[in-house]
Order: sequence, then C-alpha cells, then structure tokens
Amino acid sequence: MLKQLEGSAAVAQAVALCRPEVVCAYPITPQTHIVEGVGELVKSGELTNCEYINVESEFAALSVAIGASAGGARAYTATASQGLLFMAEAVYNASGLGLPIVMTLGNRAIGAPINIWNDHTDAMSMKDAGWIQLFAETNQEAADLHIQAFRLAEELSCPVMVCMDGFILTHAYERVDIPTQEEVDAFLPPYEPVQVLDPADPYSIGAMVGPEAFTEVRYLAHRKQLQALDLIPEIGSIFKDVFGRDSGGLVHPYRTDDAETIFVAMGSVNGTIKDVVDAERENGRKVGSVSICSFRPFPLEELRLALEGAKRIVVVEKSLAPGLGGVLASNVRMALREAPHPVHTVIAGLGGRPITMKGIAEVLQSAEAGTLPDVTFLSLEKAVVEREVARSADMRHSGPTAESILKAIQNRSAQERSNVS
Amino acid sequence: MSEETALQRVKFYQTGTHTVGNRLMDEEARSVQSSIDRSNAITSGHRACQGCGEALGARFALDAAMRSAEGNLVAVNATGCLEVFTTPYPETSWQVPWLHSLFGNAPAVATGVAAAMRRKGRAATKVIAQGGDGGTTDIGFGCLSGMFERNDDVLYICYDNQAYMNTGVQRSSATPPAARTATTPAVGDAPGNVFGTGKNMPLIAMAHNIPYVATATVADLHDLEVKVTRAMSMSGSRYIHVLVTCPLGWGSATNHTILLARLAVESGLFPLFEAEHGAVVRTQKIRRKVPVEDYLKLQKRFAHLFKKGAEDTDRIAAIQRMADANIDRFDLLGERTAP
Repeated sequence: MLKQLEGSAAVAQAVALCRPEVVCAYPITPQTHIVEGVGELVKSGELTNCEYINVESEFAALSVAIGASAGGARAYTATASQGLLFMAEAVYNASGLGLPIVMTLGNRAIGAPINIWNDHTDAMSMKDAGWIQLFAETNQEAADLHIQAFRLAEELSCPVMVCMDGFILTHAYERVDIPTQEEVDAFLPPYEPVQVLDPADPYSIGAMVGPEAFTEVRYLAHRKQLQALDLIPEIGSIFKDVFGRDSGGLVHPYRTDDAETIFVAMGSVNGTIKDVVDAERENGRKVGSVSICSFRPFPLEELRLALEGAKRIVVVEKSLAPGLGGVLASNVRMALREAPHPVHTVIAGLGGRPITMKGIAEVLQSAEAGTLPDVTFLSLEKAVVEREVARSADMRHSGPTAESILKAIQNRSAQERSNVS
Repeated sequence: MSEETALQRVKFYQTGTHTVGNRLMDEEARSVQSSIDRSNAITSGHRACQGCGEALGARFALDAAMRSAEGNLVAVNATGCLEVFTTPYPETSWQVPWLHSLFGNAPAVATGVAAAMRRKGRAATKVIAQGGDGGTTDIGFGCLSGMFERNDDVLYICYDNQAYMNTGVQRSSATPPAARTATTPAVGDAPGNVFGTGKNMPLIAMAHNIPYVATATVADLHDLEVKVTRAMSMSGSRYIHVLVTCPLGWGSATNHTILLARLAVESGLFPLFEAEHGAVVRTQKIRRKVPVEDYLKLQKRFAHLFKKGAEDTDRIAAIQRMADANIDRFDLLGERTAP
C-alpha cells in the first residue's frame, strides 16, 4: 500500500512485517525514530509475539540480540555512529557466532568532533566485521532491504546490516509502498535456526578455538560472504516476483552502456548523481553511474563488468581513510586491478556537508579534462584550511583544531564563500 | 538463617566438625551432590587448577539450579577462568546448553536468551548467567545493572576470587585492600592493593530492589545449594555472590580452599546474608569469631603484612576494622536463631 511516510517509519513498519520476536532499543540520532516506531507497534498490540527491550547501551542492545538469536528468536536492533562503535565487540561476536541478526544503521559521522549528520564512516568502521552490509538508495529500498535482509541472514546464518543515510533518508518523508503481511509472510518463512540453546539437545556455543582451527572458521566466514554474492541477486529476484519491484541486488548500473566516465557511490547520493548524469547526457557527455548496494560482500566481478568500457572511474564516497584516501575507492580499485582506468577518489558529504549537482558536475568536468587529482575533498574550504595550517605552524599552543576551524569558517570573507562549490 | 534452611535444623557441632553428614538430614534436604540424580552440569575432565574454588562453586550451584529447573536450564557465561577451563574445544564440561559471547555482556545475553524462551513458547526454560568478579563488578557492571533495573528473568551468579585470575592475577574492583596482585605488587611504602576502594556488588544489587540477593562461599556448599534453590524458586532478576578461593591467585595451599572460605566468613570479612526486594532478610551468624590474621596468614598475597620483625600492624588493624564493621552492619555475632 502506498503511504506518505518518514523513512524511519517505513523501516519500522517493514521490520514489524517481518515478525521480529525480540527487538532491542537504545536511542541514538538519527536512528531513534525507527526503534520508537517498532516500540509503538509492539505496545499498541499491532505487532504481537515480540519482546521490546529498552536496554542501557548499544553494547547491551546487540548483546541482548545475540542471546535472543542463540535462543532461536528472530532478533532486530538499530544503531548509528558512536553506537556502532560502542557495540563493536558484539558486532564481531554476532557474526563470529553465525547469528542472523538484522540491524539498521542510520549512517552518521563519527567524532571527535562530535557530529550528528550523515556520512558513511560508521559503516566503514565495521566493514570487515563479518556482517553483510547493504546500502539503501531510497526509502523504498530501505524498507525492502529489511525484508530481504531477514531472509538473507537466516538462509546464511550471518548477520545483516542495512545501511540508510541518516536524516537524508531516515528523516525524509516520501512515498513508500508498504507491503501487506500476506506478501511478507509469503516471502519470508519463519526462522529455522541452525543452532539453538535447547535443554533437550544441549551443546556449547562460543568455546575457545585455537590456532589449529581458527583459520578454517575464518575461511568459512569468508565463504559465507561469497555465497551471499549469489544469494543477494537471487533473493532480489524472488522479491521482485512477490512484490513486483526491483530492490536490492549487488549493483545498480545507470546509463553506463557507452559511458566514458562512470561515477561509483553508495546510498542516497546516487539520486543526485543520476540527476547529474541525466543533465550531462543532455549536454552530450558520455557519463553514467553505478550504485553499490552490497558493500559486503563486495561484488568485484559485477562491478568490473559494470565498469568495463569506461575510460575513467570517479568514486564519490562519504568516508575517509586518513592517511590513505578513500575506503570505497580502495575496494573499487580491487575490482579494477587489471584494468588501465584511473580510479579517482572524491571525498564528499562528510558530517552532512551537502553534495550538490553543481559540485558533481564540476568533478565530471575536471575528470574529463584530466585535471582531477587522485584524491579530492569536494567543496573543501582550502583558504580556511591553509590559514589554519599556517597559524598552528607559528605557535606551539595553537589550541583545539575543530573550534579554530569553526571560527575561521564563520569569519571568512563573502568572496571566499562564493568560491567554494 | 530461617527455620526452613537445612542448616538450622541440624546442629553442626553434633558431628564435632564444621560439616554435617547428609545422613542426619531429611531426605529432601540432603545435598544435591549426594543424589544419584544429580545432573553433573559441569562434568569432570575440565582444566581448572587443583583446589579451584570456582570449579567447586559452579558445580554445586549449577547442579542445584538444574534440580530446581528439572533439567530445563540454559547457562550463559562471561569470558573468564570458568569459560576457559570448561571448554577447551572439542571438549566441553557443560551438560547444559551453554553460550559464551563476550567478557562484559553475559547479563545482556542472558536477557536475550530469556526473552527468546518466552517468545518461543519455552517460558519454563530457566536462564542462568555467570561470571567472575572482573566480568561482574568491572567490565560487565553496566550490563548487569541494566539487567537488574529491568528485572529480567535471570539468575546471575558471580564467582568472586577477588582478582583477574585468568589473565594472571591482576587487581579488580573486588580485590581486597593490601592484597598483592600483578598490578598491585608488594613493593613500595604501601605494598599491595590500596585501602578505601572496591565495590560491594551484593549491596549494589540490593539497591536495585531486585527480588533476591545472596552471598555464599565454597566453605558451606550446602548453604550455596539452599540459596540457589531459593533463587530458582523466584522469578525476575536474582543475584548470588559466591566467594571462591583461588590457590593460584591467593598463594594458598590447594588443601586450604574450604578452610580459607570459612575463615573469610568467621573473621567477618565476608558476611553471609540474603536480601529480598532490597532488604536483608537473613544473615548467617558467626559461630566462633577469628581474628583476620588467621585468614590472612595462610595466603601469600598478604605475606608482606607479616614480614618477620616488620609486621604491618597498622594495616592488619585496618583490615580487622573492616571485618568488625561488617559484623556490626549485619549483626553477625547476634543471637543465633534456635532450631
């Protein structure tokens, strides 16, 4: 049924349709509306047979989910940013134990400096924790990915993190088609655990594993992710049969057929990029884009095929590996390790910085002109940064960086302001 | 102790020792371990050290819990000695379904298991969580307090050996003053652990107004069984804090495990009590008070207090004051209830 909904409400309703049995809630912006939404559905009696547990930290939230999942229940929680870091130990533990928990990540920057707005640093911090990580481009896809995530997680016995951009998606109201309970029930069978704590058949879960078997256990975790490369498109296609729309999958190529320049990105920014692609196609530019939905497992082969024929790749990413450059770009380069194309990294949207069509179009122009550096920080206030570098070089006791930059940004001239795209 | 506990119905000194034979008790009050139906929840073959108090305490606690739950029990374990010595896979000592997740999250994991049991139509399955003092009073403290505050249906048992023994005897917030550990070495002006710090977890548990809190030791395993059984008859959050001797960490003879736990009680350093909904309801009186020296002298972790010719009388007196304060607080020398 079509509804005009906040992204978080759409996800809450989609999660409820998946009949979770244990939901753990701890507030953190910008995810909070999701667990609030699920909580209301439980409290009002709309969602039955579900324990809604208000916990005292994100570490506890995922730990309760771990216990619930090992007890045979379908478990769900949601977090963001600092919350994901606070539960980091349990993130690795859940995947190590092979527990099919589904968790929403309302993508947000990580401090210091503290920042509540959107980027992908949180998801990237856990990229190698053994979870499947899916990125939603729209709120419709965010809702749909949750329904697919439970099926994927439970078929593989592997936890799935559904990433959706904080605020840009979580707080945006738009039209979302919320499926019926019958449709979801037809798509998602009840959870049948491969391991469960049962006094009738007692065994130990979580024993110490030494050097003699650890590599094998880790290899199997890798293999599970590789299996997901087949299963994700398969589940996407079954989803299409039941619900009648494309959602999920590994990658979404857009107008890439004869493209010379291809943008690669994850999440909601693909909307802006597609608009630029459309506009620049009108201007006769051969440009396309690829949205990566499955970041873990990383679809090396599908991405290579999607990018085949391009002359240059521009990765627009909302994360930064300080001392290296791009996180996503490094992964994309792995897919193109035998190709001659340059792969440019554009760091954009950090801490909620708007990514504009103008900014992306300028990147395209420089890429075509061969002047785009290896790593670019989109809309970086270069003059402000240079003054701060000079100022702090002149004195030992230069004070806190973040506060100095904030002041400098406020005090910059109108002309400097207009120079930044 | 109340009349219904087995301990009060039989005078221990009848046998001339501190123990009491099962033969003197009513059949239903006899030790779980004396029954051929005991569950062997933690069976033999584990890798605990000789004289390990934790292995002993956990075995008695779990078997008593298994009897109460009629075998319908799940155990969650924090990282620590108990976890390590019972599960050197592919061997496991656990005859109950058992889950180890992390060091600091056993209470939260147990909450999740209990929730799953309710939702999967297995509400009769009881859940126990357990950890050492480090996993309970330090790294797992937040999760434990959260579990208490929500009154989740879990019995949490802390096996307190007063330091991080698994990692090689480092100080925890349960380490007593003056005790030597690897991170509070017996050097300098005030050797060993500092005074005036530490966490009293049973009292903190009581402050959450949970249905049941109790302390116990491995000196009186029957008392431990009684307390576990009582806890298992209730629902909501329940907490039992068991003092377990660690010959390795305490520097004690392996045949002193029971003796030291008894001296901890008889000196007043480890008061035995039960509390319900935040109020103490029963205490176990000290039968024959002993000076703290009797307890301290048998342990190398306190050896620096008793150097020949340089006895640290000030700090021994300070420890004695702690014991006396406990005795006053819990009225441990008061009238013993007649059987």
